[in-house]
Formats: sequence, C-alpha cells, structure tokens
Amino acid sequence: MGVIHVVDHAGERHTLEALEGWRVMEIIRDWRLPMEGICGGACECATCHVFVDEGWLARLPPASEEEEGQLDSVPLTRRNSRLACQLLWTPELDGLEVILAPVSA
Amino acid sequence: MTDNIETDVVIIGAGPVGLFAVFELGLLDIKAHLIDILPKVGGQCAELYPEKPIYDIPGFPVITGQGLVDNLIKQIEPFHPTFHLNEMVESVEVLGTPEAPKFRLKTDAGTTFVCRAILIAAGGGSFQPKKPPIKGIDAFEGTGVFYAVRKMEAFRGKRILIVGGGDSALDWTVNLQPLAERLTLLHRRDAFRAAPDSVNKMRALLAEGAMNFELGQVEALKGDAPKLEAAVVRRDDGSTFEVPCDVILPFFGLTMKLGPIAQWGFNLNENLIPVDTEKFETSTPGIFAIGDINWYPGKLKLILSGFHEVALAAQKVHRYVYPEKKLLFQYTTSSTSLQKKLGVAA
Repeated sequence: MGVIHVVDHAGERHTLEALEGWRVMEIIRDWRLPMEGICGGACECATCHVFVDEGWLARLPPASEEEEGQLDSVPLTRRNSRLACQLLWTPELDGLEVILAPVSA
Repeated sequence: MTDNIETDVVIIGAGPVGLFAVFELGLLDIKAHLIDILPKVGGQCAELYPEKPIYDIPGFPVITGQGLVDNLIKQIEPFHPTFHLNEMVESVEVLGTPEAPKFRLKTDAGTTFVCRAILIAAGGGSFQPKKPPIKGIDAFEGTGVFYAVRKMEAFRGKRILIVGGGDSALDWTVNLQPLAERLTLLHRRDAFRAAPDSVNKMRALLAEGAMNFELGQVEALKGDAPKLEAAVVRRDDGSTFEVPCDVILPFFGLTMKLGPIAQWGFNLNENLIPVDTEKFETSTPGIFAIGDINWYPGKLKLILSGFHEVALAAQKVHRYVYPEKKLLFQYTTSSTSLQKKLGVAA
C-alpha cells in the first residue's frame, strides 16, 4: 500500500490510497475524483488523460505505441501527458504526482 | 428529402442493447425502427473496441466487440428492423396521454417518426467529432474549420491544414492534396497509427515537395471570423509558429455527447436517465431508457444488464401497443408461435 497525489481541475491536491496492481485511472475513479475512463481501461477513449509531474515522468515505464496512438487523439497534449489507465501502480510509484488534464466540452 | 414514418417503437441508438431490443420486441409482434448517428450499427462495441475480446457476455467465454454485434444482427434478422443511420434525434413531442402514449420524433436529417413508445438505448451518448478546445473555434466552424469532408470540390484551390495521425487524417491528406493550393499535415509526433499504405503515400508526396508536414499542435486560430487566416501551432518545446491556411480539418476521433436527450425533461442523474426497475420506464410514460444511459439503485453498466432491462421493458411496451391483447408469456424453446416468428419452426 502507498499513495498517489492528484491535483484536480480546481487545483486542489488530493492524497489517495493506492493498491498494488490497480491502474492509476481506477484509483482516481475509486476515490470519486472526476475521471470518466469510459472504455474501462482498454486504452480506447483517452478520457483518463493526466499530466505527470516532471520529476516522476522519467521513472514511469515508457508509453506503448497503443498509448501514444490514443494520445494522438487528444488535441492538446504536453510532454508530460500520459493515460492513467496505462499506469499500473506498484510500490515504486509511491507518492506519484499527477494533474488531471482539462476535459474538452 | 423528408420522410414521415409511423411505427410501433423507435429505438434511439443501435448499439448492442438497441439491437437486442428488436429481438425482445419482435417476439411480441412489435415493430421497431432504429436511429443512430454513426454510419454503422454496433455502438461502442463496433466503434471503440471491435477487435477487443469481451469476457462477460453470458454464454460466450470470449467474443470480440464486432463479433457480438454480428451475432446480434443475425439474431434480429427474422424481425427485419429498419435502420436510420447517420441521423440523430433532435426533438420528441408528446402527442398522446400517459395511458395511451404517442410521440413524434424529428431527426437532424428531417425524418419524422410517429410511434407508441420510445426506447432510449443511447449508451454513453452519440458519437460526435472531438473538437479541439481552441478559443473561438466555433466562429470558424462550417467556413474555416470542418470535422468531416462532405464534398471534396469545396476544398479545391484552398490552403488546407489537416491535423491528426490516424486513418482519417492520412486518407484525406492523400485525397485532398491534388485539389489543394497547398496542403499541410500537422501532427504531434512523426509517427502515425494510420494504415501503412496511406502513410507511405503521404511520405511520397512529401518527398516530391507536393505537400508540407509540421510537428506540433494547434493552439489558436487567426482570422476575422468566419474567415480563417492561419493556425498558431505550438511545438514540443513551447515555441510557436504560424501556418497560413483557409481551412483546417481536425481529425481527433470521436467522443460521446448526450446531445438533445438532455433537453427532454428527464430528471437526469449525472447525465443518466432514472428509471424504475420493473419496466425501465422514465418519468414520461411510454419512454423507456435501457443500457448504459439509464440509472437505478444498483445499476451496473454491463451489456448483460441492458439485455435484461430490454426484456422487461418489452412487456410494458406490449401493453401500450396492444392494449386489448392479453400478453402470454412463452419460451422460445417450446412455443410454436414464437418459433414461427423466428423462422425455425419444424
């Protein structure tokens, strides 16, 4: 067990308990923060878009071609954009810092 | 062309639950027309995960999204449903009474339906193009910004900017380049998820100097709306540059929007339509909501839940469509009349 820190759309920082093996998207949704994850983690909808804190970016496993392909469908990404459903939480990610990306209208 | 159609039931949404509704209604001699905004049936299963395996459909240890849709199409074939694709319902008018419901529906294509009951099987909402969240983009839509190409000729002689890295972006790049005054393809990286053949054709055009390719993302638009002049593009490092253009075609795939349904008077619960758990009827008698679009205590967004809801809703629909008839509950395994309807009677 450990935690992740999530900054929501209003700029408020939440510390969420994380379980090993859970997708970061699932952790965020389980704690009722606004994240749709429409496709349920199938890497098909890009509604779990987050910005990863620069200090953590390099410590994450690189994005697969599938994830990059889904990120292509997000009109405005940043260098630190990732899809939370592709990030599996392990104790190595204890204290991970992410920001919820803006949701398009 | 305006169509005026009178039928028993209109099903809004031709995803897996909308499709199965045809079966349950058909067993009870109820005719249905289905309306969907996509050019094909199958909803999310066909559009988002046609090749992905689903493991929780009863009776199927594993089946792909498209496989499930294909099976459902076969299953409802005996009832000859009519599909109205590329259409979206815009308005619903109540013509009847709570005891004898009747409705008039109008779609964005001008089709009018009059029916006794409506089944809203809209899932997560209708699929619409994903619009870039650029300030003021609305003012250019239809003149400088297009999310689809209806008539290629309209783009002849224009300076075109196509944004995206998938099949739509690459196909239109190849198709519109010969007509354009100048065509630029813009993508956030130099890798594409489009068919390799399309990518090769694009690279060939690039190699001969017949088009441009830029890396970056559109951040803002320049021009005196509705006349577009240029796109302001932001590079990976934060710097910006301009691409002069007359039209932009952003191809970012589809997103789901609740649309006009939000205006039909339901007391939406987080964009979901509350229903009872006996007949899955909404607060408007004669209008039912089935599948992911509905809500009730304990609701799970599972396809199997939608199938169950449809079976129960059909019972109430029968009372509206055939108020004089007694509904006899039968099994397909033992009822000759049901088997005749399915075309499988011995």
